[in-house]
Amino acid sequence: MMDQHYNFGFLDERTKKMIRRAMLKAVAIPGYQVPFGSREMPFAYGWGTGGVQITASIIGRDDVLKVIDQGADDTTNAVNIRRFFARTTGVPTTEKTAKASIIQTRHRIPETALTEAQTIVYQVPMPEPLFRLEPRRFETITMHALAEYGLMNVKLYEDIAQLGAISKTYDYPVLVNERYLTSPSPIPKFDNPKMHMNPALQLFGAGREKRIYAIPPYTAVRSLDFEDHPFEVQRWEHACALCGAADSFLDEMIVDDEGSRLFVCSDSDFCAERRDAGHVGTQQAVQMPAALANTRQPAATQAAGRGAL
Amino acid sequence: MNDDLLLSVRGAGKQFMQGNRLRWACRDVSFDLYPGEVLAVVGESGSGKSTLLRLLASRLACDEGSVHYDVREEAGSASAVPARGAAGLMDLADLSEARLRWLARTDWGFVEQHARDGLRMNVSGGANIGERMMALGARHYGKLRGQALTWMERVELDVDRIDDLPGNYSGGMQQRLQIARNLVTHPRLVFMDEPTTGLDVSVQARLLDLLRELVDQLHLAAVIVTHDLAVARLLAHRMLVMKDGLVVEQGLTDRVLDDPQHPYTQLLVSSVLTP
Repeated sequence: MMDQHYNFGFLDERTKKMIRRAMLKAVAIPGYQVPFGSREMPFAYGWGTGGVQITASIIGRDDVLKVIDQGADDTTNAVNIRRFFARTTGVPTTEKTAKASIIQTRHRIPETALTEAQTIVYQVPMPEPLFRLEPRRFETITMHALAEYGLMNVKLYEDIAQLGAISKTYDYPVLVNERYLTSPSPIPKFDNPKMHMNPALQLFGAGREKRIYAIPPYTAVRSLDFEDHPFEVQRWEHACALCGAADSFLDEMIVDDEGSRLFVCSDSDFCAERRDAGHVGTQQAVQMPAALANTRQPAATQAAGRGAL
Repeated sequence: MNDDLLLSVRGAGKQFMQGNRLRWACRDVSFDLYPGEVLAVVGESGSGKSTLLRLLASRLACDEGSVHYDVREEAGSASAVPARGAAGLMDLADLSEARLRWLARTDWGFVEQHARDGLRMNVSGGANIGERMMALGARHYGKLRGQALTWMERVELDVDRIDDLPGNYSGGMQQRLQIARNLVTHPRLVFMDEPTTGLDVSVQARLLDLLRELVDQLHLAAVIVTHDLAVARLLAHRMLVMKDGLVVEQGLTDRVLDDPQHPYTQLLVSSVLTP
């Protein structure tokens, strides 16, 4: 039930209008960071104040909301934001990706493909991809205006020179619509290809930095790279221990003091659906290679992590 | 002859607010520069040399007069700046910021007095050399690295130090790196602000030697600001003597140094210590 002491969606109507106006501009210029008057929210900065304000401004009585944090529906951030909207709007919430019309996310894009009927809202800590490379905001604005993005490649060059490969594994910079350099928020680079030509509307909100940007449906999103060091996503040697998926983003959990690792899908809904459909993984943690382990226990280790085993 | 003019300065001046009144930092400077020609600007501290250099490089806008530069047609589509087809001697004040920035990273070089101002100190030497090429759209790591190595060799830097941060280089090496970083796009005009100040004499001598060689090989035009007459003598074809923001004397280097006309130039020449 909706708490009647609050306006629908917590924010007042004029604030929502201001945020919607910023979003319209953001959609019109894909990847461009639009400043907006970010409000104080009943969350700490870093807990998704930007994403919450976007969701609050677009949510309607017919919407179904899903909130994930690191892919999971049952983590603190996700549970809190879901409860917040359940209380301030009364709209139904779901854990099923396919049933949601709005998905607010932190750090992941769901494995299940999104549709045109869906909107995905990202929580962004730092919207400026050139931050750390160019400290002057005025200069970064000029660089965006003139599409001078060589500096980003200097950073990638430096990674290859020092480490042999591009070391950035999350928040991997992308070029949206072949024009604006954009931060995809701290999603793993594994998810970058999903942004390309995605049928869903993608909205990004940074509350502390007071910026909104967007990737409209079916927009080209290219991850920066070098011709001889092309962009690649993470791959695992193992499949999910619970559902056996070999093509999803896996969390690695150390489950005992011998370094045994349990690999499970980071997207909890995707994993549960697969298990419901009858897919089964090895149900076992992976033993550490003998070369690395001093002593080995023969018995399969019980997983402590999810309680799903 | 007039069509191969590279840079043409007419009555250029810049004023600053000092306290409550305006003061001219440099005023009424006029000269022409041709491709391959090296011009030294000498004078004491505070005589407006560096301000003049910043005017020429469009880092500051002229308050009076104008600076014209022979702008080339933009080649290649890597630059996002739309080519306007305009070329030839153009007033820099009429160019868009995008065009000026494009000029500054392709056709011009700027060697700062302090290498720290001209280098990116948090990335390696190789990345410093590659930056301009990446800004122009180079996206092949192997080729960028090859270019970086070639240029390190050309400026006599140890190629094994390609992945070191410039902060770990000596002062002379930093200055060489700065030069390589600027020359990698084959600019036609290089501005240098006291390139040898702060280096010890033997390092200075080698750097000057290198500069002279590069200027000659690459057919570079250069404007060098210096207070060291020896640098002017060694590198410059012509020189300009400034005092209190005004040009008091200009002419061929040997003529000015061997037969100074203005009392200030005479003072300057006679102040040089000979060991």
